[in-house]
Amino acid sequence: MSISREDIEKVAVLARIRLEDDQVEALEKDLGNILNLVDQLQAADTADVEPLAHPLDAVQRLRPDQVTEIDQREAFQKIAPATEDGLYLVPRVIE
Amino acid sequence: MQWEVVIGLEIHVQLATQTKIFSGSSTAYGAEPNTQASAVDLAMPGTLPVANEQAFRYATMFGLAIDAEINRRSVFERKNYFYPDLPKGYQTTQLAEPIVGPGHVDVQLADGTEKRVRIHHAHLEEDAGKSLHEDYHGMSGIDLNRAGTPLIEIVTEPDMRSAEEAVAFARKLHGLVTSLGICDGDMSQGSLRFDVNISVRPEGEEKLGTRTETKNLNSFRFMESAIHHEVERQIDILEDGGTIVQETRLYNGDRNESKSMRSKEEANDYRYFPCPDLLPVVIDDAFIDSLRAQMPELPDAKKTRFQAEYALSDYDANLVSSNSAIADYFEQTAKVGGDAKLAANWILGELSARLNAEDRSFRNCPVPAERLGQLVQRISDNTLSSSGAKKVFELLWNGESADVDELIEREGLKQVSDTGELEKLVDSVLADMPEQIEQYQSADPGKRKKLMGGFMGPLMKASKGQGNPKVLTEILKKKLGD
Repeated sequence: MSISREDIEKVAVLARIRLEDDQVEALEKDLGNILNLVDQLQAADTADVEPLAHPLDAVQRLRPDQVTEIDQREAFQKIAPATEDGLYLVPRVIE
Repeated sequence: MQWEVVIGLEIHVQLATQTKIFSGSSTAYGAEPNTQASAVDLAMPGTLPVANEQAFRYATMFGLAIDAEINRRSVFERKNYFYPDLPKGYQTTQLAEPIVGPGHVDVQLADGTEKRVRIHHAHLEEDAGKSLHEDYHGMSGIDLNRAGTPLIEIVTEPDMRSAEEAVAFARKLHGLVTSLGICDGDMSQGSLRFDVNISVRPEGEEKLGTRTETKNLNSFRFMESAIHHEVERQIDILEDGGTIVQETRLYNGDRNESKSMRSKEEANDYRYFPCPDLLPVVIDDAFIDSLRAQMPELPDAKKTRFQAEYALSDYDANLVSSNSAIADYFEQTAKVGGDAKLAANWILGELSARLNAEDRSFRNCPVPAERLGQLVQRISDNTLSSSGAKKVFELLWNGESADVDELIEREGLKQVSDTGELEKLVDSVLADMPEQIEQYQSADPGKRKKLMGGFMGPLMKASKGQGNPKVLTEILKKKLGD
């Protein structure tokens, strides 16, 4: 199975990755190969197989509802690119 | 053309846990920005989520309350999108295997009829943080205290047919989650958020019309006006030959207008997949049974009890049992006041009207239930006339903290019911009204009732408003020879 240029560009937008033209070409080939592998997997008969939510055959341990975290804002904000009034500043986002 | 309105709701309920769904950060409201955002909430590399048991308890209790199937196994998935209020780049939520399966909520409408609203499912997920767009040098400020707060998202079937039905359902749901104690119910702080899916179709048509989703409805009043607004907008477009675009709209309640947020055509492709950081959660029958045993009294059961215990009408019982705040207030008032019917009348009448007008709830009511109970007691034992009761209520509403008996004494509102005293008063007033007496006595008996009012005014004035009108009327009738 092949993947189109448009598909790659759309996926790149969704993943917030900027691609140069030559990268798109390379990805067209690489992703096409991965999709071929998926095609092979699709050929297997899975009619009687339960979908797998997790490869480990175990269940989630639950945590008691008690506060265990302390305020470490100062430490976290020291490594942030920009902060003000205790807020993290990011490029303006309004839809 | 007659149009039929079709409404379905999605409700986000913030669970009243102490900590977040996947981290041990506090969820207390109103903290300084980012002081309750830990490494997990900030999506620092290498951190892993651990699910909060209490969130599962609360979701299960909700499921039991709506008679739903509780799924023994539920799976968290990643809903991928980029927005800085959720720094992981995805929201951890449930999709294919939610904790609560199909259920239903029965709603009583104003005309007394019952309406069943089916619940499609309810799932657990995490809330996002908050973005502040004003004045940060052209940047946005992000507060992640709310990020990771546990939510259940409840999705209804498109079963509602009017704004009235949708609001009645929303109020019922609000009463349910607050009675369960799984949510504080404070809509102004976003503890309970309603998104409304609305479409219209020609009466008789089976196929659903294109729907829009209206967000940002933080009060029942706004919800009602937003639905009316959107229904009108859609019908106008369709009647002008246009088509409805499937989109999300943001309603501004102060201006009663809405605008498009984003259209679904360019909607995000969320690329859901099971979250590899979280194993499936399995709960057993013992977990569910122990919660079932601890369930508090829910509004429907309260209603039945209020009808039996306090002899309230179906209508009154429905209203005073609708949420735990009003129900508790009613029971305290009735206990002190004695006359439960009168207590319900005051609570549903004057008090509710005043609270609604100021967008307040019974939780922060300025009149304590005990004081209203004393007021009810003094009305029912005839110490207060209805005008005296209104005066006392006004004082209580404005923060007067004194006992009702003290207020009656201080303001001289005690009603005079003593027959001897009132007879003297009637005599002295009638002495100045010979013409009116003659007019009354020569009038047709059918018209006398109306003429009676001409005497009552001066009498009440002469008694400084303290004469018991019932007793005065009787004396008056006797004196006038009726």
